[in-house]
Amino acid sequence: MNERQEFDVVVAGAGPAGIAAACAAAESGAAVGLIDDNSEPGGQVWRRDRSHAPSQLARFWLNRLERASIHRFSQTRIVAATARSRVLVVEQPRGSFEVSYRKLVLATGARERFLPFPGWTLPGVVGAGGLQALVKSGLDVQGARIVVAGTGPLLLAAASHLRLAGARIQAIVEQAPLPSLTRFALQSARYGKAAQALGLGLDLIGVPLHVSSWIEAAEGARRVSAVRVRVLKKVKTYPCDYVATSFGLAPNIELPVLAGCEIEDGFVAVTGGQRTSVKDVYAAGEITGIGGVDSALAEGQEAGSGNALGADRWLPFKRLLHDTFNPRDELRSLAAPETIVCRCEDVRRSALDGMTCWREAKLQTRCGMGTCQGRVCGAALQFLNGWRNESVRPPLLPARVETLANPGRRSR
Amino acid sequence: MSASADVIVIGAGIVGAACADAIARDGLKVAVIESGAIGGGTTAACMGHIVVMDDSEAQFALTRYSSGLWHQLAAELPSEAEFTQAGTLWVASGEEEMAEARRKHAYYGKRGVDTEILDARALAEAEPNLRPGLAGALRVPRDSVVYPPWIARWLVERSGARVIHGEAVAASGTEVRLRDGTVCPAGAVVNATGVWAPRLTSSLQIQPRKGHLLITDRYPGFLRHQLVELGYLKSAHGHGSESVAMNLQPRATGQILIGSSRQLGVDSSEIEEHMLQRMLQRAMEYVPGLGQLPATRAWTGLRPCSPDNLPYIGPAAEDSSLLIAAGHEGLGITTSLATGTLIADLLLKRRPAIPAAPYFPGRVHAASH
Repeated sequence: MNERQEFDVVVAGAGPAGIAAACAAAESGAAVGLIDDNSEPGGQVWRRDRSHAPSQLARFWLNRLERASIHRFSQTRIVAATARSRVLVVEQPRGSFEVSYRKLVLATGARERFLPFPGWTLPGVVGAGGLQALVKSGLDVQGARIVVAGTGPLLLAAASHLRLAGARIQAIVEQAPLPSLTRFALQSARYGKAAQALGLGLDLIGVPLHVSSWIEAAEGARRVSAVRVRVLKKVKTYPCDYVATSFGLAPNIELPVLAGCEIEDGFVAVTGGQRTSVKDVYAAGEITGIGGVDSALAEGQEAGSGNALGADRWLPFKRLLHDTFNPRDELRSLAAPETIVCRCEDVRRSALDGMTCWREAKLQTRCGMGTCQGRVCGAALQFLNGWRNESVRPPLLPARVETLANPGRRSR
Repeated sequence: MSASADVIVIGAGIVGAACADAIARDGLKVAVIESGAIGGGTTAACMGHIVVMDDSEAQFALTRYSSGLWHQLAAELPSEAEFTQAGTLWVASGEEEMAEARRKHAYYGKRGVDTEILDARALAEAEPNLRPGLAGALRVPRDSVVYPPWIARWLVERSGARVIHGEAVAASGTEVRLRDGTVCPAGAVVNATGVWAPRLTSSLQIQPRKGHLLITDRYPGFLRHQLVELGYLKSAHGHGSESVAMNLQPRATGQILIGSSRQLGVDSSEIEEHMLQRMLQRAMEYVPGLGQLPATRAWTGLRPCSPDNLPYIGPAAEDSSLLIAAGHEGLGITTSLATGTLIADLLLKRRPAIPAAPYFPGRVHAASH
């Protein structure tokens, strides 16, 4: 019965940034623990696909992780943290214990941002990443009609992946305007992304791509059967079986906030070598700014090794991504008064009229008080109303009362 | 301020809201000054337990009177207020506490409050998730549960009070000055700023007494009553620096709210692991099945604690035209409505339904240690 496990370096999150950090630290001789709540490493982007081999890059890093001497905690959730005592309380399906560190690397990644529109809670309307994850674990979309809508490079990646899985992509709906997309395409060539984009383009030949366009509503009785899309001044209706939405990513900054890290414009503030404002706490990957796999790997290696390796060369690309795919103002008015904003607690947009801040909305309407802890509606309301949820307290995720009562006790 | 109010209430917690409501019902024009969200201070951190207590005759009189006012209000409260007459079970772990349950039973009975003694078997039937081997309980069927922050807002809205968003930095019986320099004149002023009341009225002896709470996911029917250990009395009465007690509440949502902890003189808002752990361990000693329920949120709040555990209701010692409604410790929800009514009575020089003198702010200076 080991109540507390001790490591030189603990890495929170086993996506690309976390894997790179853990490998870099372990290869320099540190005792490393890598914590993730999934059963296998890879994070969202390298989630194991039942029907397709991993990409070359993913294979390289997953092999490297395999060879390194790293203690991997899978299906393990970090539910509490005290930066002062350098201890994390973690929970597994059958027990809980504490993990202590000298150095902590935060690589908690990002989640999909949902923006509410009429009908977004209908079954069949899903996050593009979520639908990809379902397909990777066996959901059959052969012949299914799918509209992919939202913004950002993930739209094309999702559409391509779903098409390869046999889906019939009805349309790709991108809210960004053509000039910024063109600029993005030209400039991203500098970051070695041109071939990637070209490949996706080839995969998607024949699929209608609407730019400066967005979903106005999803329709259907018991599940989605069609979407209405605003294309320039017209509205087009696409019958469909699924709507895969992706309105960009929201960083998972709950653990960094609890650890006391300074947050800047919604992301963890880092200085050279991926240092946060808290001594011996580092951050890498999407929590420091959305930048994709390559920047996450560079930052992870830097954070894990403690050496500056030039990860900051990705900063202009992160800015470019942000500037190109920042959701336009029109999307703020998609949700009607009766549209549900918080799906855990069934709070409609009109219920938030007159509320001045996130806290008031929570107290008066229960918005964000459900099991997702405001992870979905919080990101939406940050965009819709400019509200930020800055208070983070343990438990970070729902945890058994027993875990919080006796964090040092392993399973019974 | 062009349209000056008859009365300014500073603080829109449940106590300030109840004052505004009671004063407005007498036809006076009320303004409320609040620096944060309505019901967003201690009111948002409370359990919302409406409970008749008998620490002292004065406490009994106030809680009983106020509990009656809550039952009158209940008919008007919309469902969002979550008024539920769950009843309290004062749980006795052994014979000594059972004797206390019987004493309480006699005390309440003599004063016309219905209660019922449950033996070990009746207790197990009433609350199957309590551990076996408990001695019994006292059941107080009219005790209830509400959702305080929502009610605070509802009361403020009902009162028609003008809400001034700002931080009061000075208050007398005739005006309030805000941080931005604005001066708000009024016929009378009520300081209802709870744990922060001494900032405006320095003679008040109020200390923060920090508490932790934790709420679980929804398990409707897991508990039926508010459960409080009779050992709670020792914990709640003493002015020792730290204590915990089993205090569990079934919410209208089916969630279980777990309390309680007390730390005198602590005014930080962070979750303190050692207190959270002790509090949860205590709860699990009584209800072992709690351990397996998923906890969704924990938070803290500051009870405004006076040296004799009674609130300050009435004229301030230094300025009798300034009224105080603060220092309600852990009973602010229960006693808010009575406080509002007493304040309105004092303003209109009416004879109150219960003697008001035991709650006058001046008392502590005579009796204080």
